[in-house]
Amino acid sequence: MADPMRIRATVKDGKVDVRLLMSHEMETGQRKDARGELVPAWFIQNVTATYGGRTVLSAQWGPSISKNPYLNFRFSGAKLGEKISVTWTDNKGDKRTDEATITAG
Amino acid sequence: MIRNKLPAVLLAVACLSPVAAWAQTDTVKGIERYRELLADGNPAELWEARGEDLWKQKRGPKMASLESCNLGKGPGVVKGVYAELPRYFKDTDRVMDLESRLLHCMTGIQGLDGEAIKRTAFGAGTNRSDMEALVAYVTSQSKGVRMRVPTSHPKEKQAYAMGEKVFFYRGGPHDFACATCHGESGKRIRLQDLPNLLDRKDAQRAYTTWPAYRVSQGELRTFQWRLFDCFRQQRFPALEFGSDASIALTAFLAKNANGAAFNAPAIKR
Repeated sequence: MADPMRIRATVKDGKVDVRLLMSHEMETGQRKDARGELVPAWFIQNVTATYGGRTVLSAQWGPSISKNPYLNFRFSGAKLGEKISVTWTDNKGDKRTDEATITAG
Repeated sequence: MIRNKLPAVLLAVACLSPVAAWAQTDTVKGIERYRELLADGNPAELWEARGEDLWKQKRGPKMASLESCNLGKGPGVVKGVYAELPRYFKDTDRVMDLESRLLHCMTGIQGLDGEAIKRTAFGAGTNRSDMEALVAYVTSQSKGVRMRVPTSHPKEKQAYAMGEKVFFYRGGPHDFACATCHGESGKRIRLQDLPNLLDRKDAQRAYTTWPAYRVSQGELRTFQWRLFDCFRQQRFPALEFGSDASIALTAFLAKNANGAAFNAPAIKR
């Protein structure tokens, strides 16, 4: 199973700043290995962030996103001490969900 | 589209400018800005997290964690240890850097196969290196600590002297020494400025920013890797992981960085 994400969420004046790192190879499917064989595509396709049952971010990703991607986004209306949950799904169907508590910014 | 093309044309003209010095400083600034932009969200944190897990987990044939490993400040202490490495260890009667000491603990305390660890010391994609993760974790616990590498023990003095010798030793098909590229200010490989490791400021900045996440490789690289790759570029015989020569050279470079605040795991292009 994939490694956990590193999620930091801080709130200031009702606005939450979420910064997260994901551990993923993000293979484009264009690269060849040492034997000249194509390395199969393997990348995160969907990213969803939810807060209190509400989706605050929904993204569709492709092979142009870097390895071990970093994502930064903001949303409003969240409270200190509550949790934000982030899920990614890759093109092999592998999935990872992690949570973080919103701290003071 | 036409509007988008204009800056590209201007940029091309700028690159052809005969004032090479201007272009050079501009590139340096560009690389610095790139590092700045990447500093927030450094994927090295992923290695640090995995390394912390590996440090605390009971692993190996002996089912033991590394929490009884002595990195110089007592069993299990990781805070600030990297700022004082390499140093002399009484139990092994030799000077060791972080990597060789971790190898010593992983084989001794956990009963893991040392040769296998050495073979996988540098990770590549899905073949991940536990060593790189552990180094990331331990070094992250020295962030902000001033470098204070000791040379009071005779063996530490000896390692430093040997490291200095290795630094100036010329050899290989190119008749290169470390000093060929790193013994003068203002040298570069392509557009990468090379630190003059005999200059205090440069030496401090270089040493305190390793280990680092290499964006071009998507891996976290340790100081042992940095030296290994320098040796490869010099066309020297492969530098053996954790060898006396590698530790001596590390001791020489680490000691020259004394007084500066450690600031890694960093991020590099």
